[in-house]
Amino acid sequence: MKTLHKLLLLAAAISLGLLFLFPMWKIYVQAPQYPEGLQMHIWVNKISGSTDYSLQNFNILNHYIGMEKIQPDSFQELTYMPYIVFFFMLTGALIALAGARRLVLPWVFLLMVAGAAGLADFYMWLHKFGTNLDPHAPIIIPGMTYIPPFIGSKQLLNFHALSLPGPGSIGIALAVVLGLAVFFLERRRKGASIKSAEKTLVL
Amino acid sequence: METLYKKVNKAALLLAVAAGAALQSCSGIESSQANTAVASQADADAATKVYVAPGKHDELYSFMSGGFSGQVSVYGIPSGRQLKVIPVFSQNPENGYGYTEESKAMLNTSFGFVPWDDLHHPKLSRTDGMTDGRWLFVNANNTPRVARLDLKTFETAEIMEIPNSAGNHCSPYPTNDNEYVIAGTRFSVPINVEGKYEDVNFSEYKDKFKGSISFVKVDKKTGDMDLDFQVLVPGFDYDLANGGKGPSSDWVFFTTYNTEQASTLKEIGASQNDKDFLAAINWKLAAKYAREGKTHEMPAYYYHNKLDEKTHIATSEIKKKVRILLPEECPGLMYLIPVPKSPHGIDVDPSGEFMIVSGKLASIIPVHSFSNMLKTIEKKDFIGDVGGIPILRYESVLAGEVKEPGLGPLHTEFDGKGNAYTSMFVSSEVVKWKLKDFKVVDRIPVYYSVGHLVIPGGDTKKPYGKYLIAMNKITKDRYLPTGPELAHSAQLIDISGEKMKLLLDFPTIGEPHYAQAIEAGKIAPNSVKFYSLEENSHPQATKKESDTRVERKGNQVHVYMTAIRSHLTPDNIEGVNVGDEVYFHVTNLEQDWDVPHGFAIMGNNNAELLIMPGATQTLKWVPQKAGIVPMYCTDFCSALHQEMQGYIKVSPKGVKTPVAFSTGGKKPAA
Repeated sequence: MKTLHKLLLLAAAISLGLLFLFPMWKIYVQAPQYPEGLQMHIWVNKISGSTDYSLQNFNILNHYIGMEKIQPDSFQELTYMPYIVFFFMLTGALIALAGARRLVLPWVFLLMVAGAAGLADFYMWLHKFGTNLDPHAPIIIPGMTYIPPFIGSKQLLNFHALSLPGPGSIGIALAVVLGLAVFFLERRRKGASIKSAEKTLVL
Repeated sequence: METLYKKVNKAALLLAVAAGAALQSCSGIESSQANTAVASQADADAATKVYVAPGKHDELYSFMSGGFSGQVSVYGIPSGRQLKVIPVFSQNPENGYGYTEESKAMLNTSFGFVPWDDLHHPKLSRTDGMTDGRWLFVNANNTPRVARLDLKTFETAEIMEIPNSAGNHCSPYPTNDNEYVIAGTRFSVPINVEGKYEDVNFSEYKDKFKGSISFVKVDKKTGDMDLDFQVLVPGFDYDLANGGKGPSSDWVFFTTYNTEQASTLKEIGASQNDKDFLAAINWKLAAKYAREGKTHEMPAYYYHNKLDEKTHIATSEIKKKVRILLPEECPGLMYLIPVPKSPHGIDVDPSGEFMIVSGKLASIIPVHSFSNMLKTIEKKDFIGDVGGIPILRYESVLAGEVKEPGLGPLHTEFDGKGNAYTSMFVSSEVVKWKLKDFKVVDRIPVYYSVGHLVIPGGDTKKPYGKYLIAMNKITKDRYLPTGPELAHSAQLIDISGEKMKLLLDFPTIGEPHYAQAIEAGKIAPNSVKFYSLEENSHPQATKKESDTRVERKGNQVHVYMTAIRSHLTPDNIEGVNVGDEVYFHVTNLEQDWDVPHGFAIMGNNNAELLIMPGATQTLKWVPQKAGIVPMYCTDFCSALHQEMQGYIKVSPKGVKTPVAFSTGGKKPAA
């Protein structure tokens, strides 16, 4: 593997570290009486908000429609997801250092699978919270569910909800893009060297 | 005969009116329409100047004394919108101030619990001669006290009683860096340095009655006040004060009256001398004398009440000593400067050179010069002394007089552009004059009987000379009538141009004596949105619903309750008997802006609680009757606010109902 490509792959592994510095996903809500808005931040290892108390305020609002309390402790994912990220960072770095060209594509592929699984999990949680409502809730509107938007915006009663990937997700995207780039660059270089070898043979 | 005369008179008057109307109808239509057009254009200009569009914020905060309401009211300027009323020296059932177990101590004095006072003068804290938006100091005129309000929370943080004072009118005046807040007595009273009771008669006024000026030290970081020392001064009445600036920074000036030292019918007795005095005290020198141990320690007894930021509990400390400085033992400490009789305001111009003294009964406004004062002292150009305190020659200190300013000059503020503005109580006007030549350049009527004025920063070294607010004592026909008692009014005047322009009338609470105004940007960014529940260290705080409980201790029942949208926990309580002392320690679990919860109980001989998010407040209740008693949240907190309620079962005396409590039919869960 070319040194530049090794560095690129190392950068891919390191960029996953953004997941520990920034949220993966952000849900913004706004209502007439919340002009300043409320934000929920979903991290690889925690759920937080724009303030220390955002989660409590989400729960207070949600209890009127009978939504289950969002408690970070109840999400198993938050405890094991960091290890998965560590695994990808470590293996990515090892592949780069060892110059193990053939492992690049499987690494990228596995990372994409893990990312997709994460998104699917996220979607399922949104669905569960939005539909699993307490039948004794103070506010019941027949037929109404409260699934927040997976991506994009949606009006939920008086709240305007907007859901977007956070800067943490860019870490994954960057890792995938860089990984794929290394794979293709290496393949071209290999193809080129085979061709030049053929040429020398012909000559 | 007389009736005939009246009839003829009436007829003549009618004729004159008719003739006048006829003349006008011939020639005056166009001009009167034009006048109306001009007037409505002026009104439209004024309206746009005070119009703050819905959702927009005002340019300035104004803090107005509530006078006999014992409160401070906060207005947005230029809109004149009332933003808040802050209780200071008066109980306030609206939020439980002075009624809750936590806040009662704020109103403790050496006379016991005093639920009311007369709040006169707000003064903002200062840094380098400019308002800094940290604290507001206010005085209690009746039962002498000084309070500090915290402008992060808009709450009263501290109240300190002033010993050896009777009527704390001449108060509170902060120095340019808040080194001291200075408070002078209004009434002189017998003060005995040994602190013993003396049987004094009114006739002994001249010998036995004394005044005191208190120097309250202010902690630079926390704002905490401490009475450092007092200066015992001649037995006059001390009216108002103001600190110097720039070259005069080390000095503070006080107006005095009743230098005749009359003890009765003062409206006559205290108006005999042609001149009273402006007292000048070198506070830096006073502090130095105090540090050097020139003071006499005197037994005293006064209260100092402070609100703890973390527990929100006020506690009282009784102080038993005070240090006294005697001017006769401290050369250079104090001088007396003659001024026309019964002066009110003493105001120092932004440069610190001119001391303007407004004498309500004087026909001129004397302007004294600080540099002349120093020269006069140096030359010892004295015309006598009062108890060893030199009296300076009036003419030697005088810089000039403002001639024919109007009637009843009361108080002066400055715009920082070389102009002074003096309120005229008797002739109901504000008069603008030049500091350069003491000539009157403009005057504007006010409605009516104006007391103090305020220009934002008008008492600092750099005023914000755009607006002036006149505070009027009489309102009469300015608003819709509301029975015998009418709101006092404030009038906003544009002083940005050559001519003063009236922009707005707005009603105020109580009687604003003085006000302060400050750029919004110095306060708004620091405004607290809610208290941190985590940092709440109230000993009876309940931070989780699972910790709520009811405990009996003898005839006391303590309810550890929480409030969060939209329920109280616990909301079914039993085991309370008639005559028990029941204490509800209610913690508001919210951590969001603008979500206070209220708490009230039917038939409670007490006020309500209004608990800010993250805080704990305690309401005492002694049930009088057996039965089921409702309780509820009083502040409309959410769509289910009306449902935020519960019941207490009160058993007759002697009936042993076991203590029990629940919410939603079960004991509160985690």
